[in-house]
Amino acid sequence: MDMQDKLNLYLLVPLAPLFGAIIAGLFCRVIPRWVAHTVAIAGVAAAFVASVLIFQDVQAGHTFNGPVYTWLTSGNYKFEVGFQIDALTTTMMLVVTFVSLMVHIYTIGYMQDDPGYNRFFSYISLFTFSMLMLVMANNFMQLFFGWEAVGLVSYLLIGFWYTRPTAIFANLKAFLVNRVGDFGFLLGIGLVLAHFGSLDYATVFAKAPELATATINLWGDQQWSLMTVICICLFIGAMGKSAQVPLHVWLPDSMEGPTPISALIHAATMVTAGIFMVSRMSPLFELSTTALSFVIVIGAITALFMGFLGIIQNDIKRVVAYSTLSQLGYMTVALGASAYSVAIFHLMTHAFFKALLFLAAGSVIIGMHHDQDIRNMGGLRKYMPITWITSLVGSLALIGTPFMAGFYSKDSIIEAAKLSTIPGAGFAYIAVLAGVFVTAFYSFRMYFLVFHGKERFGKAHDEHHGHDAHADSHDHHGLAPGQKPHETPWVVTLPLVLLAIPSVFIGYIGIGPMLAGDYFAGAIHVDAAAHPGLAHFVEEFHGAAAMGVHALTQPPFWLAFAGVALAWFFYMKRPDIPAAIARRCSAIYTLLDNKYYFDKFNEVVFAGGARLVGKGLWRGGDVGVIDGLIVNGSAKLVGWIAAIVRLFQTGYVYHYAFTMIIGVFVLMTLWMNRA
Amino acid sequence: MSNHLLSLAIWLPIAAGVIVLLTGSDRNAPLARMLALVGALAGFLVTIPLWAAFDPAYVGMQFVEFSNWIPRFDINYHLGVDGISMLFVILNAFVTVIVVIAGWEVIGKKVAQYNAAFLIMSGLMNGIFASLDGVLFYVFFEASLIPMYLIIGVWGGPNRVYAAFKFFLYTLFGSLLFLLALIYLFVHSGTFSILDWHQLSIPLGAQIWIFLAFLIAFAVKVPMWPVHTWLPDAHVEAPTGGSIVLAAIALKLGAYGFIRFSLPIAPDASHQLSGLIIALSLIAVVYIGFVALVQADMKKLVAYSSIAHMGFVTLGFFMFSALGVEGALVQMISHGFVSGAMFFCIGVMYDRVHSRQIADYGGVVNTMPKFAALFMLFSMANAGLPATSGFVGEFMVILGAVKFNFWIAFAAATSLILGAAYSLWMYKRVIFGEVANPHVAELSDINKREFLILGALALCTLWMGLYPQPFTDVMHTSVNELINHVNTPKIQ
Repeated sequence: MDMQDKLNLYLLVPLAPLFGAIIAGLFCRVIPRWVAHTVAIAGVAAAFVASVLIFQDVQAGHTFNGPVYTWLTSGNYKFEVGFQIDALTTTMMLVVTFVSLMVHIYTIGYMQDDPGYNRFFSYISLFTFSMLMLVMANNFMQLFFGWEAVGLVSYLLIGFWYTRPTAIFANLKAFLVNRVGDFGFLLGIGLVLAHFGSLDYATVFAKAPELATATINLWGDQQWSLMTVICICLFIGAMGKSAQVPLHVWLPDSMEGPTPISALIHAATMVTAGIFMVSRMSPLFELSTTALSFVIVIGAITALFMGFLGIIQNDIKRVVAYSTLSQLGYMTVALGASAYSVAIFHLMTHAFFKALLFLAAGSVIIGMHHDQDIRNMGGLRKYMPITWITSLVGSLALIGTPFMAGFYSKDSIIEAAKLSTIPGAGFAYIAVLAGVFVTAFYSFRMYFLVFHGKERFGKAHDEHHGHDAHADSHDHHGLAPGQKPHETPWVVTLPLVLLAIPSVFIGYIGIGPMLAGDYFAGAIHVDAAAHPGLAHFVEEFHGAAAMGVHALTQPPFWLAFAGVALAWFFYMKRPDIPAAIARRCSAIYTLLDNKYYFDKFNEVVFAGGARLVGKGLWRGGDVGVIDGLIVNGSAKLVGWIAAIVRLFQTGYVYHYAFTMIIGVFVLMTLWMNRA
Repeated sequence: MSNHLLSLAIWLPIAAGVIVLLTGSDRNAPLARMLALVGALAGFLVTIPLWAAFDPAYVGMQFVEFSNWIPRFDINYHLGVDGISMLFVILNAFVTVIVVIAGWEVIGKKVAQYNAAFLIMSGLMNGIFASLDGVLFYVFFEASLIPMYLIIGVWGGPNRVYAAFKFFLYTLFGSLLFLLALIYLFVHSGTFSILDWHQLSIPLGAQIWIFLAFLIAFAVKVPMWPVHTWLPDAHVEAPTGGSIVLAAIALKLGAYGFIRFSLPIAPDASHQLSGLIIALSLIAVVYIGFVALVQADMKKLVAYSSIAHMGFVTLGFFMFSALGVEGALVQMISHGFVSGAMFFCIGVMYDRVHSRQIADYGGVVNTMPKFAALFMLFSMANAGLPATSGFVGEFMVILGAVKFNFWIAFAAATSLILGAAYSLWMYKRVIFGEVANPHVAELSDINKREFLILGALALCTLWMGLYPQPFTDVMHTSVNELINHVNTPKIQ
């Protein structure tokens, strides 16, 4: 392939889904459904095939970095739209296009009763375009473009059912919280431009070592390390997009969106954009241990404390959502430990098994006629065998069962945290280790409650309405008495099966080249002298099989096993115990039930505070002082003076004559006194 | 012919306005509308060669016209545009077409006079952008107040007289000081040529007085905090077309004044007082952002958001860097598209429901899906989303600000959050949700005329967001020249 052919192939990857989005979106009212989904699926399928070709090309050693067009020039700066194609990019491209393709197919079944069918396809194809622009960027400007564009589509999709108050609250919240992250992100980009003179990755990374010891003066006489400030600003962006504490609050609420996008956007791809971004920026982050410490601590807090919240959720999607938060925390810990390749590896395995778990949850929701409360389920394995088996595969992968995908990536993160020497790594190690137990417990709590035990469905339960149905298509949620759940159609189960396969094998296949090999050479930079953790890990690595066998004697395996066993005991054997614990420890339960009060705090302090400030400035400043006192005040002053002066102009001759006489009298008095 | 393009751009719409006026009473309204549209389109067409034949590498003024007017005081009919002013002439002519179409079925009384006012104002404002003579500029600057005063006062809402007076007095007050400064400059130099004034050496003390006189005149027009309170009132009372022109073009006159008068004539004072301007700009971004958040009237909300967006313009100018100045200019053009579209969107709803209160709406998407989609685009552009024009200017100014001073950028970047908060919160309350009341239930979606306007503005917004290069290409030479000039001290 010559250069132009290659560039055309690269362009095809984002533009094919964009084409599908435009057709399905602009003509959503005139084209039949089959046209919309065919065009959209064809676009994403083309992107997937092209990604595979590009992947093979990159494996053969042909990376690419070049511009597509010049977006803007100003002063000495040039902003371009361009692609950087290397192992990191192609990994992301494959994950995004594959999961997106699965979700597109699944949507045919999931949204079949929805009047917004065509619009939905338009949005998810637009999302795929935006996400691909994000991962393929070769500069910060385009990265930011993709970053905000995926945020836009996420906003549109969370509020897809726009008549629901909860959905349109959640989408506004998601957008604003992400904007807080983007605020930091944009300042980070500004600092990069100010100090590097360019926004091109290659130029910036090449110049980074020179500026490793540069400082900037932000406050008083204190000198801050430039790299630390830049990296923390950039990471604030990642905290928003990848839902790290305290900017995580939007992700659980985003479950108001239809389940396919929870799988695609809020589990597999968009929320991992922050992880991808930090990995892409590894040449910068490697220069600031302070920033890495910040990253690892935030990640550890998210991994452990968001996991706790998963334990008490009763909405099937929310359990998976908190699990996603926790797993994103794991990836962030890996980033902080300088194990970027491990983070990307976990990102990849997680994309498969978490998309699987979400889509399986969606399948359960269809089978349950849009009841999402796991307390109303039980024994579903009889009625939904494919969903059951694939869910089991996904859950086993998630908790890190040896030889499955999640095991390789998660155990590597735990090892990386253990071997890391930066401040905060000790805490992170404990957090991710404890997180293993928590993950296993909440995953299998859900699994047992949904698929095993007594059949609790078929009761009229008015107070637990599901959240995942359109009002037009389902007036009553849940199964009527006597009704049984049913397995979903093939368009739903096929993606489950296709995602279950990599959830089993991708870890075993991937760990060798991606972590121990030089798969990411040139794309990810690790300063092995300063952060030797990953290098030690690689020394001890003797193949995927050996790692799996070795793990059977290690604490993570036993912690996971204990979590599963406890879940079985609590929810299969003695269901009275969890209820008793909730009663006994009501303080902790209330804390967890209120999600550590983050939402309340934000609503009162930030949302309420902003409105209060706005009202104060408006009523006090604009209406009160400026208009009331100065503008209308000066008008009144003019009127007031005029009113007084007017009194002297009565028009009566005797008034004037009288005034004149007084004047003459006064003047004469003065004159006589002088004389 | 091509030597008189600027004269055509000024006098063609004015002549068309006079002809429209001659059609007289509303019996001839259809004819008046048609003539107005022809006049506006012709006015737009004559400006296109300005861009097509513009030489982006040429330093100085292009399409220059010069003839004596009052030789005794060296007052001349001197026109010309550079890369800074050229785009505004085109934008102005484009917006005139939009407003004529926007008032097509909506304005039923005094149709001829209404359209004539817009056409004449369009010509006068082109005169402002093209004038290279101080007196000529001043005449156009003042004359353009009259049509706007009439538009608000005659076709406005219930409180239109208060708003029209407030608008007129506020801006007139500013202009008087501006006139004093012009006279001082004439006495000092013996000419009214703006370009000669640029080269004039003025002591710092005098520069500061001149700068302050200019500042008051232009700050009212922009408007900058704290002389902004006429704008929300004027917008609320103005008819939709009036709001569009006010936001899209009239606000740019003040900003243009800064770049044509304040910066080049008083460069040292500009540097001395840049801290003041930057502070006022940041107050506009942050303070006004909060104020916009709590507005209950949609037009007031967008009016306040206009002030916040114009804060980026003045901020960009006074950082004295190419990125800042070009970002500010891009922001001005983008704001012309986006705020014009926002006001038109509100007008579309007002025409149907006769309310601008957010509380009177809810669930509009259920009955007006096409409108909701386009309104979403403009709300996002108002919030500065990448790929829309609203992003480009803010992005450039914020990036420029980081280099200038991190904390200034920090304050300016809060607009990322505030802009999204007020734009999308309004959108949520107006558009999303269940149908809130019978008025909303009866809404009909936008017609072809409305779709044409919103579609055209949407294309402009996306074009400028995806490929802003053509806009900045024509600016580079003029902006670099300006920055070199401003960064060279004038005092010996």
